[in-house]
Amino acid sequence: MAHESNKNAETKGLIGEISKNTGVEIIKCYQCGKCSAGCPLATEMEYSPSLAMRMLQTNTSDYDEKLLTSQTIWLCVTCEMCISRCPMDIDIPKVMDYLREKSLNRKKVNPKAKNILAFHKSFLNSIRRTGRLYEIGLLMDYKARTLTLVQDLSLAPGMLLKGKLNIIPEMIKNRRLLSSIFKKTILKKKEESL
Amino acid sequence: MTLGFYPGCSLEGSSREYSESVIALAKAFDIELKQIPDWNCCGATAAHNLNKELSLSLPARILAIAEREGMDEVVVPCAACYSRLTVTQHELNHDSELKKKVSGHIEMEYKGTSSILNVIQMIEKYMIDKLENKITNPWKHKVACYYGCLLVRPHDILQFDRVENPQTMDIILKKIGAIPIDWAFKTECCGAGFSVSRTDIVGKLSGNIVADATDRGAEAIIVACPMCHSNLDMRRPAINSYLKKNITAPVLYITQAIGLSIGLSEKELGLQRHFVPVTFNKIEELSNK
Repeated sequence: MAHESNKNAETKGLIGEISKNTGVEIIKCYQCGKCSAGCPLATEMEYSPSLAMRMLQTNTSDYDEKLLTSQTIWLCVTCEMCISRCPMDIDIPKVMDYLREKSLNRKKVNPKAKNILAFHKSFLNSIRRTGRLYEIGLLMDYKARTLTLVQDLSLAPGMLLKGKLNIIPEMIKNRRLLSSIFKKTILKKKEESL
Repeated sequence: MTLGFYPGCSLEGSSREYSESVIALAKAFDIELKQIPDWNCCGATAAHNLNKELSLSLPARILAIAEREGMDEVVVPCAACYSRLTVTQHELNHDSELKKKVSGHIEMEYKGTSSILNVIQMIEKYMIDKLENKITNPWKHKVACYYGCLLVRPHDILQFDRVENPQTMDIILKKIGAIPIDWAFKTECCGAGFSVSRTDIVGKLSGNIVADATDRGAEAIIVACPMCHSNLDMRRPAINSYLKKNITAPVLYITQAIGLSIGLSEKELGLQRHFVPVTFNKIEELSNK
């Protein structure tokens, strides 16, 4: 009976959606806590990885919403330590990727995660234009988004002197295809932008 | 012999000494590394954080070109690129519908036939047997071999070395005369892609790694990932300010360490590009006691 009710619980709500789209069965988590013990960022998160799994298991819209608007999902650095230690092989980084994408699409990103998101967007913007990362362009774009104008400025002369920064971006030939890949994926919906 | 080569963006920019030392080492062992033509960025952390299909399409194009060029093996020195390419291969090989969709996005057939080698696998497979005869300057330093996250995890997919206490780098470093230490932070995360957006977190996580390595007597830290290198090397000011110490132990790519042991020049190996100079000093506590 218990098994049956678990199965039903998995078909609906966010936990069911995650199971359907990623194949990750969060219902199997029995709260041993090894993920949270090994997570290098658990102390920075408002919900540790094991707590996040428990919140999803409750399958309540209140907790789903709390996770989608949390800093936790953006602080996960996908180091993959949690899954390597999980006795039930629950792919928590894959769950975090799913929650991040959903949080972004639903415009629910936690304001405190804005610099992290800005960096990801600046990064993707750079490769969308040239096909390869242009580090100076990435940093300028990031600074413009976050208004962190002074940060790391002292690193630039050293990096230039040591030949660690390309002044001119490297461009791939097939930039049309790159742009098309972006349009078919992350920029699929008209209202999306980077 | 010739192997396929995917340098990735870091190796063409802020970590170009990794590329220089990989190529110099390959040359010393008569291996030609042939770049995948017109390669693009793998999408790194940003792509898989924001969009799954994008994060699979970018590596799929790289792999599809390698296949088209007949490259059976592709050397991928950057641990992040290595992870993204390998994970993409795994995901697409296990989901034919997704494979079809991604092939459509990249406008090329993707089969998944090229095998992907990280730099340690390249050394193990093509260099280690010939290494001992080439050594002219044995390294007599205590070193901490730092593997980080993406060389060993996710283990089920990568199947490379032991997940909790990997040994491959330690074995190679012993061959060149170094003394690898036992330590606790071999596979802890350095903070990776938070280098710019959350430098405070990188200072703390990388600080714990550098502190454990040097507390246990390491004179240098050996890495095989450009993100690990830039966080432990270029972010040393943030690390030292977190630790309230002045740790001067250098961080070297494994290819630089081997290169030095077989007599390649510091310049060929790009040692002058490091922020923390490659000298071997003891830890100096700041005079705040």
